[in-house]
Amino acid sequence: MSVYTLTIDGKDVAGSDGQTIMEVAEENGIDIPGLCHLEGIHDRGACRLCVVEIAGSPKLAAACVTQIAEGMEVTAHSDALLEYRRTITEMLFMERNHVCAVCVANNHCELQDTAEDMGLTHFDLPRISPKADIDASHPLFAIDHNRCILCLRCVRVCDEIEGAHTWDVMHRGLDTRVQTDMGIPWGESPTCTSCGKCVQVCPTGALFEKGRAVARGSKRRRPFLPWMKVVAEERGL
Amino acid sequence: MSDMPAAARPVRRRVITEEIAEEPPRATAYVCEAASCLSLQSHDITVRLGEVVADAGLGDVEIKRVGCLGLCAAGPLVEIAETGRLFEKVTPDAVGPVVAALADVKQTDVRAPQGPFFEKQLRVATENFGRVDPESLDDYVERGGFEALRRVLSDMTSTEVREEVTRSGLRGRGGAGFPTGLKWTTVAKAQGTQKYVICNADEGDPGAFMDRSVLESDPYRVLEGMTIAAFAVHATEGYIYCRAEYPLAVARLRSAIRQAQRAGYLGSGIMDTSFAFDVQIRLGAGAFVCGEETALIASIEGRRGTPRPRPPYPAVSGLFECPTLINNVETFASVPTILRKGPDWYAAIGVGKSKGTKVFALAGRVVNTGLVEVPMGMTLREIIFDIGGGIIDGRPFKAVQTGGPSGGCIPADHLDTPVTYESLVELGSFMGSGGMIVMDDTSCMVDVAKYFMDFCRDESCGKCTPCRVGTTQMWMLLDRITTGRATGGDLAQLEHLAAIVQRTSLCGLGQGAPNPVFSTLRYFRDEYLAHIEERRCPAGVCTIEQPAEVMA
Ligand SMILES: Cc1cc2nc3c(=O)[nH]c(=O)nc-3n(C[C@H](O)[C@H](O)[C@H](O)COP(=O)(O)O)c2cc1C
Ligand code: SF4
Ligand code: SF4
Ligand code: FES
Repeated sequence: MSVYTLTIDGKDVAGSDGQTIMEVAEENGIDIPGLCHLEGIHDRGACRLCVVEIAGSPKLAAACVTQIAEGMEVTAHSDALLEYRRTITEMLFMERNHVCAVCVANNHCELQDTAEDMGLTHFDLPRISPKADIDASHPLFAIDHNRCILCLRCVRVCDEIEGAHTWDVMHRGLDTRVQTDMGIPWGESPTCTSCGKCVQVCPTGALFEKGRAVARGSKRRRPFLPWMKVVAEERGL
Repeated sequence: MSDMPAAARPVRRRVITEEIAEEPPRATAYVCEAASCLSLQSHDITVRLGEVVADAGLGDVEIKRVGCLGLCAAGPLVEIAETGRLFEKVTPDAVGPVVAALADVKQTDVRAPQGPFFEKQLRVATENFGRVDPESLDDYVERGGFEALRRVLSDMTSTEVREEVTRSGLRGRGGAGFPTGLKWTTVAKAQGTQKYVICNADEGDPGAFMDRSVLESDPYRVLEGMTIAAFAVHATEGYIYCRAEYPLAVARLRSAIRQAQRAGYLGSGIMDTSFAFDVQIRLGAGAFVCGEETALIASIEGRRGTPRPRPPYPAVSGLFECPTLINNVETFASVPTILRKGPDWYAAIGVGKSKGTKVFALAGRVVNTGLVEVPMGMTLREIIFDIGGGIIDGRPFKAVQTGGPSGGCIPADHLDTPVTYESLVELGSFMGSGGMIVMDDTSCMVDVAKYFMDFCRDESCGKCTPCRVGTTQMWMLLDRITTGRATGGDLAQLEHLAAIVQRTSLCGLGQGAPNPVFSTLRYFRDEYLAHIEERRCPAGVCTIEQPAEVMA
């Protein structure tokens, strides 16, 4: 396997063929934000928080899906990039109904953390706030679509790691929603194994365990992800 | 008219069979049966003309169904082939003048010039429009069809074919104008034993109907272009991804594929060589984003039609992760003529890096709405005023919108710009697939920008944040402006959002969505300001809420 050298924010780094900019940055202590990325499942380059500049390319690239190349010069942090990321984060807040004070994920929320890291202190963009449903039909878990940012981590972890493929996506544009088994209530799903992986990977309070009080929905226990990655590597996937 | 249902009535149309083909008819009437005229019952005209001609004992007259005659606004159209005389707005009850003209045709007649709408056009991809019966393979072959394929299969190597396409300077007609020869070479050289050819017939831009017309009027040409491409890139299977809203195009394609298979132009052992290639149709449910190549491929694979980041490009990893050539309908339709007449002939047409001809769908406030094909480098003025006949009711021209939802509005100052891929981008617009919407002083440019933003937010697939959320937020800001609720801060925010959505979106839909806003701000900023500062719509289109009077 060939090794490439490249620079990220001026720092000389090395990585192997097939690695993404995100992975190499992480290994070298350079933090690139991202909410759809989660180590252990496939990346989809959708939230656009991880966009970086690559010298010689007129377009921005999503670090989570862009593979490194020899001699690449990556700018992962700049004033312009910060402005893009801050605005995208603001868009996510304005899209649905995020009221942190009453959310189970308050202080355990990756969306909140991202906003904090970017110094997003107030909102200027138009607020969309559509009416979104809550499905509490499952005995253990619930989903509040008002807090979903459509990262689709739940869809991918359910499919790629649990192998159940209970979650999928319906509709398009602003009407896009994650759904369980062709849109039936979660509690009636014949495929859901109640493993709770989707709840564990959800970056916000959209998916939560029932009976948790406000700000008690910690989700930082994800032992199945690194484990699956080892299995995948052993199988040469 | 008789009250028998259309299907039960006998069609006394003269059928060209081997024997009578030797003796050509003295006079021929071409009846347009492409979607626009067909929707005005032009098939009844074909039937009726057949009956009247037979009753009048005119045995040497042929009534022929053909594809689009071009001047859709004046349909249903009937043309006398020998004299070039065009009858407009014909009805089945009033075919008398057509029959009289047919009876008058003499051997010595020559086609008269038909006016600038026709004379200024140069037809390549549409050369058979209004000439061949779209459902007749014989007709296509009679007009030089499959000659290019025969030459390719019998005399050329795949490298030579790719070289000729490269030399012709042909560029993709579906959007960005990527050099076709280069794309074919990339696919040909990509690793992989299984390769695919896809024809993109999704055509989702509002106001565009070039591809639909090609498929309805000359479907064999697209099949021939695809087969040549397949030979050039070593593919054995092809797909045509067509929107289901085009039932006539799909029906004619189906018929063409069937007849081509039967006659050995598709399938195994094409034209008695060892080359094999076959084509299937896939129907899209009319999502604009499914025209984006990676979303289209996902849709053919049976997945949700959303784009994915590139690279890898489809040329390297496309359908079922195999190298895939994807081109637009018009791109494929240009190929047979290029290989028949030679790449140098094609490259001599056009200017600079934009070679050959381009089909445009003229729409909006222009007299001659319809389909036109012109050499690249013709000016907007020639297209809109000479060919298009100018503005309806002689009103002042305001702007022309090109490139669909990713395009922009070009004002009168730039009417003398030659149309090329590069010049349109310089003007803040885009060639796109070839939609041209002409606007007069009754159009409000802020309202136009809002219309396209509404389209984009509705068609956004919802995968990436900037497009899913940003297009709606831009639309909300535009709505504030057009209803008189906006402040100067809203305009600044609109420009800020537009820049970010353009820079950070995943695919061309989001990246292009801000363009109508940018271009209207560039040329018509005063209209935005009139809405915001004076609470006034200069064109009188928007309903502006006036602040309620304060009661003392
Ligand atoms: C949102 C979006 C919609 C598109 N729609 C179409 C379409 O309807 N037809 C088409 O040919 N190309 C469309 N394209 C361009 C295709 O992705 C692709 O570039 C094209 O089919 C390539 O063919 P060409 O090289 O012959 O132009 C679209 C692109 C985007 C981003
Ligand atoms: S429910 Fe949570 S994990 Fe699933 S898409 Fe929404 S935010 Fe992401
Ligand atoms: S830019 Fe719009 S259409 Fe394209 S991937 Fe993003 S959300 Fe989907
Ligand atoms: S983390 Fe890369 S796009 Fe979301």
